Amino acid sequence: MQDFGAAFGLAFHLIFSGDPDLAEIILLSLQVSLTAVSTACLIGLPIGAAAAVYRFPGRNALILALNAMMGLPPVVVGLLIYLTLSNAGPLGVLGLLYTPTAMIIAQTVLVTPIIAALARQVIADMHAEYDEQLRSLSLSGPRTMATLLWDGRYSLLTVALAGFGRAIAEVGAVIIVGGNINHATRMMTTAIALETSKGDLGLALALGFILISLAVFVNGCVMALRSTAVRTAYA
Amino acid sequence: MPDAAHGPMAQRAGAAGPAILPLEARGLVFDAGGKRLIDGIDLRLDAGPRTVIIGPNGAGKSLLLRLLHGLIEPTAGSVLWQGKPADGNVRRRQAMVFQRPVLLRRSAAANMRHALHAHGVSRREAKERAQRWLANAGLSGLADRAARVLSGGEQQRLALARALSLEPEVLFLDEPTASLDPASTLGIEDLIQNAAAAGTKIVLITHNLGQARRIADEVIFLYRGRIEARGPAPAFFDAPGSEKARAYIDGRIVL
Repeated sequence: MQDFGAAFGLAFHLIFSGDPDLAEIILLSLQVSLTAVSTACLIGLPIGAAAAVYRFPGRNALILALNAMMGLPPVVVGLLIYLTLSNAGPLGVLGLLYTPTAMIIAQTVLVTPIIAALARQVIADMHAEYDEQLRSLSLSGPRTMATLLWDGRYSLLTVALAGFGRAIAEVGAVIIVGGNINHATRMMTTAIALETSKGDLGLALALGFILISLAVFVNGCVMALRSTAVRTAYA
Repeated sequence: MPDAAHGPMAQRAGAAGPAILPLEARGLVFDAGGKRLIDGIDLRLDAGPRTVIIGPNGAGKSLLLRLLHGLIEPTAGSVLWQGKPADGNVRRRQAMVFQRPVLLRRSAAANMRHALHAHGVSRREAKERAQRWLANAGLSGLADRAARVLSGGEQQRLALARALSLEPEVLFLDEPTASLDPASTLGIEDLIQNAAAAGTKIVLITHNLGQARRIADEVIFLYRGRIEARGPAPAFFDAPGSEKARAYIDGRIVL
């Protein structure tokens, strides 16, 4: 327990000493994960909405695949992205391996199925209520999707949060495609993995506390936004 | 409609496509779960008279309305507008108000604009029409309120105003006042009567016989998926021409 107390103290010290290395790591973590979640939303929300609204051949297979891919192992995704981006891979010429962009790509691949699958459920439930009214208004398919996405905006925030939780917490994919290079691709999770393997458990634990606080903070911001919406009955 | 040059009819004629009535249902059948719920309905609805559909629960009133509006496909038979199946123009020239209003999770005014935009109304005109119809429905003061926090009566008035703002030629109403108090019911009925006076064809389902008497020019009595009786009001209420309809109007239980 002494370890925990000391780690807690160290965490506080690290945060309030304004350690530039730590700030860099935190900022990179946020930048990579938030960019990945935003990109995943751009891709996943329309996929989820389309799977909820349209009836097309292979729809059930798509939903099954999305649900199954919510549990993609990060190391496997990391490996696949690594193979794609490495010099011998199809996108090797882009020279993206061991860059933040590579980590964003990996996390986007991890998070998109989560966003799409959860969004599909949210939109499908809402569509059940709206369907006849929207068809009575002779809404086109794309307009129906847009209407449902906008009306589900606050529920979909929670969906985005689930994606963010996955992205900010995973280490397997970013360590493979990012390489945990100091001042380049070192993130919270990869730093924790490194410090643990070096035996500096106190520093690792302190970084862990900061990571958890970060996740709580982001969740808190979104939940506050959402509860405002509930109060004004837009949700 | 030459005498309507100054009324809403004139605007409608300018804004929307060609007329779509009469509406005809031929041999309409609808099965669900191995049961025949609509059992061979032949029906013609012309522009003009306000048509009120009555009948016991399970008679198929809502199903018939949904079939006519095109929300569900019949198992057999057809719904024809001027002798042809519904096309885009036909679909845009009709509107429906449901028993439980389905309002979007946005402000009252945004609900109005959403429907108008879907009908291809320009942004500026949509804003103007939304304001006008919110005022007609007595909802001007609530334009910026979230639609879903409005009272039941206000929500249904908003749903009706939204339907009317589309300036439909035919308005289907499925028990629009079923769960409303008398004052709210009156507000809804006023809007319906004004729309009818402006030339909108009204097709209304109700369980409220007082409302049926107030609104109907003609009555259709539906029983077990068939049209059991049909006739002009108020004569229908005195002599419906069917034992079942007689019993229903007299308030006896019809099974």
